[in-house]
Amino acid sequence: MKHLLDIGHLGAAQIHHLLDLTDHMVEINQRPMPKVPALRGKTVVNLFFEDSTRTRTSFDTAARRLSADVMNFAVSSSSVNKGESLRDTIETITAMGVDAFVVRHASSGAPQQITKWTTASIVNAGDGWHQHPTQALLDCYTIRTRLGRTTGFDGLHIAIVGDIAHSRVARSNVQAFTALGARVTLVAPPTLLPADITGWPVAVSHHLDALIGEADVVYLLRMQRERMRDALVPSLREYTTLYGLTPARAARLQPHALVMHPGPMNRGVEMAVDPAELPGSTVLHQVTNGVAVRMAVLFELLGSGSEMTTDAVATAGTPETGTRS
Amino acid sequence: MAGQTSGGPRLVMSADDVRRAITRIGHEIVEHNHGVEGVVLVGLQRGGVWIAQQLQASIARIDAAAHEAAGPVEVPLGTLDVSFYRDDVGLRPIVPGSVTDIPVTLDGAHVVLVDDVLFTGRTVRAALDALNDHGRPHTVQLAVIVDRGHRELPIRPDYIGKNLPTSRHENVSVTVDGVELA
Amino acid sequence: MTSLLIINGTVLDQQGERKADVAVADGSIVAVGADLRRDPSFAEAIVLEADGCIVSPGFVDLHVHLREPGREDAETIETGSRAAALGGFTAVVAMPNTEPPQDSLPTIEFVRSQAIRAGLCEVSPAGCITLGRAGEQLAPLGELAAAGVTLFTDDGNGVQDPALMRRALEYAKPLGITLAQHCEVASLTKGAVMHEGSCCSHLGLPGWPSIAEELMVHRDIELCRLTGAAVHFLHLSTVRSVELVRAAKAAGLPVTAEATPHHFTLTDEMLRGFDAVYKVNPPLRTIDDIEAIKQGLRDGTIDAIATDHAPHPPEAKEAPLDQAPPGMLGLETALALALCELDMPLADVIAALSWKPAAIARLDARHGRPVAVGEPANLAVFDPTAEWTVIPSKLASKSRNTPYAGRTLRGKVRHTIFAGTAVVIDGVAQR
Repeated sequence: MKHLLDIGHLGAAQIHHLLDLTDHMVEINQRPMPKVPALRGKTVVNLFFEDSTRTRTSFDTAARRLSADVMNFAVSSSSVNKGESLRDTIETITAMGVDAFVVRHASSGAPQQITKWTTASIVNAGDGWHQHPTQALLDCYTIRTRLGRTTGFDGLHIAIVGDIAHSRVARSNVQAFTALGARVTLVAPPTLLPADITGWPVAVSHHLDALIGEADVVYLLRMQRERMRDALVPSLREYTTLYGLTPARAARLQPHALVMHPGPMNRGVEMAVDPAELPGSTVLHQVTNGVAVRMAVLFELLGSGSEMTTDAVATAGTPETGTRS
Repeated sequence: MAGQTSGGPRLVMSADDVRRAITRIGHEIVEHNHGVEGVVLVGLQRGGVWIAQQLQASIARIDAAAHEAAGPVEVPLGTLDVSFYRDDVGLRPIVPGSVTDIPVTLDGAHVVLVDDVLFTGRTVRAALDALNDHGRPHTVQLAVIVDRGHRELPIRPDYIGKNLPTSRHENVSVTVDGVELA
Repeated sequence: MTSLLIINGTVLDQQGERKADVAVADGSIVAVGADLRRDPSFAEAIVLEADGCIVSPGFVDLHVHLREPGREDAETIETGSRAAALGGFTAVVAMPNTEPPQDSLPTIEFVRSQAIRAGLCEVSPAGCITLGRAGEQLAPLGELAAAGVTLFTDDGNGVQDPALMRRALEYAKPLGITLAQHCEVASLTKGAVMHEGSCCSHLGLPGWPSIAEELMVHRDIELCRLTGAAVHFLHLSTVRSVELVRAAKAAGLPVTAEATPHHFTLTDEMLRGFDAVYKVNPPLRTIDDIEAIKQGLRDGTIDAIATDHAPHPPEAKEAPLDQAPPGMLGLETALALALCELDMPLADVIAALSWKPAAIARLDARHGRPVAVGEPANLAVFDPTAEWTVIPSKLASKSRNTPYAGRTLRGKVRHTIFAGTAVVIDGVAQR
């Protein structure tokens, strides 16, 4: 595996493999000295065009625990607008010697475009509304360990609630959860669903109350204030009334049901109860698992030898070495 | 044996031979360490784990026989996966399910690394690195059932089941049923 | 002027197809017939071999962005004219979204004079409908019409205000000009990057819904019905748009329409790789839309093929998809795509490339004329079987943003005669 750009190109087998690898990383993280020399001599560059302290430190920690050298570039999009194109940035940094770029960008598809300009491996840390593959993997790992589902998610019903249309987490999770065999229902008002999801392996509901009592996992997405300006929902208050996890809804959850959120949470909006009072809340677990999952991904791309086999399902093209015409 | 073309797999140690070797090694460990105090057995994943378990059982019987008054003492047993410490990282796939589990601190311990076959010595070198992350042992000793030669590093075993000269392309497999050379 | 002799070709025009040589002198066709080589009056003529080729009226592109003035880093009138000539076009309508825009005489004159200097094809600058294309106030339609501007559009944008569009049509009616619309209701396409459909839902990109085009097509058909003024629809791209125009024509309304080759050859699936070379406005849509465009060209609902040639420098097209400007090159690939993809009789394809757009642009006094004695010599000589591979760096355009890079196409211009001069000989521009 040369790049991790999206979940869609991983099959169930590869997802399981990465989750199994995560078990090793969890063990390492529990040691007094949570560090192994596996990626010694490799350089990982965190290139974050969209700010995200939590994801960036998660990747930073992951790389360091594998003994890789890490460079952090928090590039505000305005510095790129000052004249250095994305391509220039990538080619310049590549010239310094890079084995992997971890890229977060506000534009869908940017990590995929970047694969054309460098021989380094690319890890998509979130691109626009498109994909957030490591989030999906850590979410799968969380469900796997909390519900004891090491062989797959058959029979699990997972409800993903909220702003699906603008959510890279939702797109990645739909692919990951269904690849592992779960039944997925998207719960949202029609205005927050993507324009055309015929062919998505999901059910759709506009009524959270109808399934809150039987879902095994309730996955809440962040609801942003901007959506009101585009006439997508009338108000945040109405959103919470219809789609938020209110105390009344929380009381109807199954005892074993997990409540998940990719963070950061809008308290009082999609999460209208205190997660500390929800036994099924996995929010902090997700964060812990995030480091281990990212260690597994970096190891798989840079240290496991799998990058040496031809990757028949690589989405990336081969890097162009020609000059610009 | 070296230089002979193999006509098929050959049994070079029988099941009984292996069992006796383990028993003998157990005695040697107890003798060398003047008892079992501070001894920790660490089986290398994956071939050394079952051997370490058998050594643990064997030592318990020996010790019990020596100290009839007290009950048998179980020497602590750990497992070690060295995949992340290999210097040929990137050349072999990780084997899932191979866990590292060291249940006691190794500070001041007499660690006995246990493996099935000693070959180039690189696995043991990686194991020494890995052990460092779990404490600072007083001594580290090495027990193997088969030493097949072709060392690439200055590593030597303390306890050996059998010296078995081999050619590089031959394969040695050690199980409860014996040692096969193919 | 040196005379030319085009030999061994097959002449194809409004009147039909016939094997004939064509002789050109002093800017006009002076003879059409068999074996003109034997005629001693053509002994000094430059001979252009047309064996296996069609000799047709030169093509007219209703929709070309030449970028000059303002964006000469992407294209100039000279490089764009050269690309046009190599594509068999003897006239192009230059879109007015230049900097400054073509809403005043000095800019119009500048574009014309640059084109004359290049001398590779005729450039007819389009005027803006509104000042600065801002959609608020009418541009000086009468003044520009008096200076010979025949087509007006705010292309790049549609005129959003129905009241303003109504007044523009009423005002334009007696001026002998045509208003052309880029149909896009802006409030429905905010931030849009590609066609709104299953592909954009999968990729997580803001979508450009078909209805944003159809609502304006519908509106302008009704305004045309109300005012009686002619309306030309630029780059139609949806099933329903074609249906609306078909019904309008059946009702006898003075509407015309064009479509681009990329809208009858490429779907939104091309964007799965996030390559901005496929980003265009209106966007690439679905296979059903492609079929509707092709059917529209076949049955005459869509009158003309127009390329919407839109050059952009490589750096611009390497930006992330949502930041990259929309647009594709088209001048040099239009003929081959029209020949290969349309499943129409050759004469109908050439009609859509030549005499029909000439009429819409009101350039038909000089272009799209029959290949006959006395007619102005604006001709395309092309080999419909010649195979060639699209190599971006080898195109005459200053830019490289063709979505057909690396493809092998069939159909190539061999010679182009503009105003009696051979500006392209054997596929090579002569200036």
